[in-house]
Amino acid sequence: MFEPLSSAELEALLLSLRVALVALIGAAPVALGLAWLLARRSFAGKWLVEAAVNLPLVLPPVVTGLFLLMIFGVRGPVGGWLLETFGVRLAFEWTGAALAAGVMALPLMVRPLRLALEAVDPDLESAAASLGAPPSHVAMRVILPLALPGLLAGLVLGFARSFGEFGATVTFAGAIPGETRTLPVAIYGVLQQADGETLALRLAVVSVGVSVLALVVAEALNRRLRTRVGAS
Amino acid sequence: MSIEVRIRARRAGFGLEAAFASEASAVGVTGPSGAGKSTLLQAIAGLAPVEHARVLIHGRALVDTDRGLNPPAHRRRIGLVFQDSRLFPHMSVAGNVAFGARYAADPLPVEAALALVDMTGFGDRRPNTLSGGEARRVAIARALAARPRLLLLDEPFTGLDGERRETVLAHLIQLRDELRIPMILVSHHERDIEVLCGHGVRLVEGRTVGPALG
Repeated sequence: MFEPLSSAELEALLLSLRVALVALIGAAPVALGLAWLLARRSFAGKWLVEAAVNLPLVLPPVVTGLFLLMIFGVRGPVGGWLLETFGVRLAFEWTGAALAAGVMALPLMVRPLRLALEAVDPDLESAAASLGAPPSHVAMRVILPLALPGLLAGLVLGFARSFGEFGATVTFAGAIPGETRTLPVAIYGVLQQADGETLALRLAVVSVGVSVLALVVAEALNRRLRTRVGAS
Repeated sequence: MSIEVRIRARRAGFGLEAAFASEASAVGVTGPSGAGKSTLLQAIAGLAPVEHARVLIHGRALVDTDRGLNPPAHRRRIGLVFQDSRLFPHMSVAGNVAFGARYAADPLPVEAALALVDMTGFGDRRPNTLSGGEARRVAIARALAARPRLLLLDEPFTGLDGERRETVLAHLIQLRDELRIPMILVSHHERDIEVLCGHGVRLVEGRTVGPALG
């Protein structure tokens, strides 16, 4: 139980970290844009955007994975085009695992990001405008710094969700060792073997360790940021 | 020195129709609560939508919707000191005062702006450590540092006790006389307007109804 990680286990851990980071890097700007749209703009069909964003949250992850396969699979409209035009394949590749993780993490990120943006007093924006700041500067110098603790919470949640993603990943990207066999997929895999519980438990401990570490780092950063933005 | 303002705006069933012209360097606007005083200042600053607006300082138009001159708030160079100060909580006092410097052609140095309101040495403080009167003075310094062509003050004495009130008043008189910045001051206390402003108007139910002062 307490032996060092085997090379296959280490491989699954590093792959999970890579998938989660890439998912986060890809999904964060989209989540921020959507959160901004939902928090600061009113437009016809807003509820539709909101519903679409939340869809992966209510669908069974396997169904989301199936949809991804239908759209981004090599015979799907987007997947086929990507393969023909750029020679890029997503299904059953680690990049596909990152896409699945990012899609699943998106709604969980949009919600706290939106709340963080909504919590910034709009009166401060008019104060900044009256001092000569154009809207883009108001966003960069006032809104984003003040929303930072909440933004960070959303990013950590997104990372943790991506790191733990299983259903959509296994459906869209499979369980190829070293390629798409992330930590949760590996846990499921070893559980299928006879007396695989101990192995599964070892991987589970590693998985919990990474998640707890992410939360601790986020909390420490959050405290520093909250002091900086003058929150009580 | 002259100030001329003509604003017509409509907002959620409330109509604002204000017009005044004065040779004074500071004009006071008084009137009961809900008369539209703050809305008037926001309309002048470009923070509230208007149907018609014309703001002339020394005969020069800052806003004139008839001639298609209707710049957004950040291009008006009209400073507004809000009733609730609205200091940026994530910046120091100096950071707040320096905020508008990059948008002004000839910004006032932070120390000079703070000195004008007697707040020298407060640069490193955070806004949440300031008293109401100190925060108000920093807000005035911040507006001045951006070198506004017109300074709007929304109830600058609200929430201040007698002594602090006199301090802020003395600073405003000094700004009016030394920096010669044209000002429009909103207050529901007519005395403030008598002391600071050469001209006063009264706003009732969104309409200017003649001079506040005799």
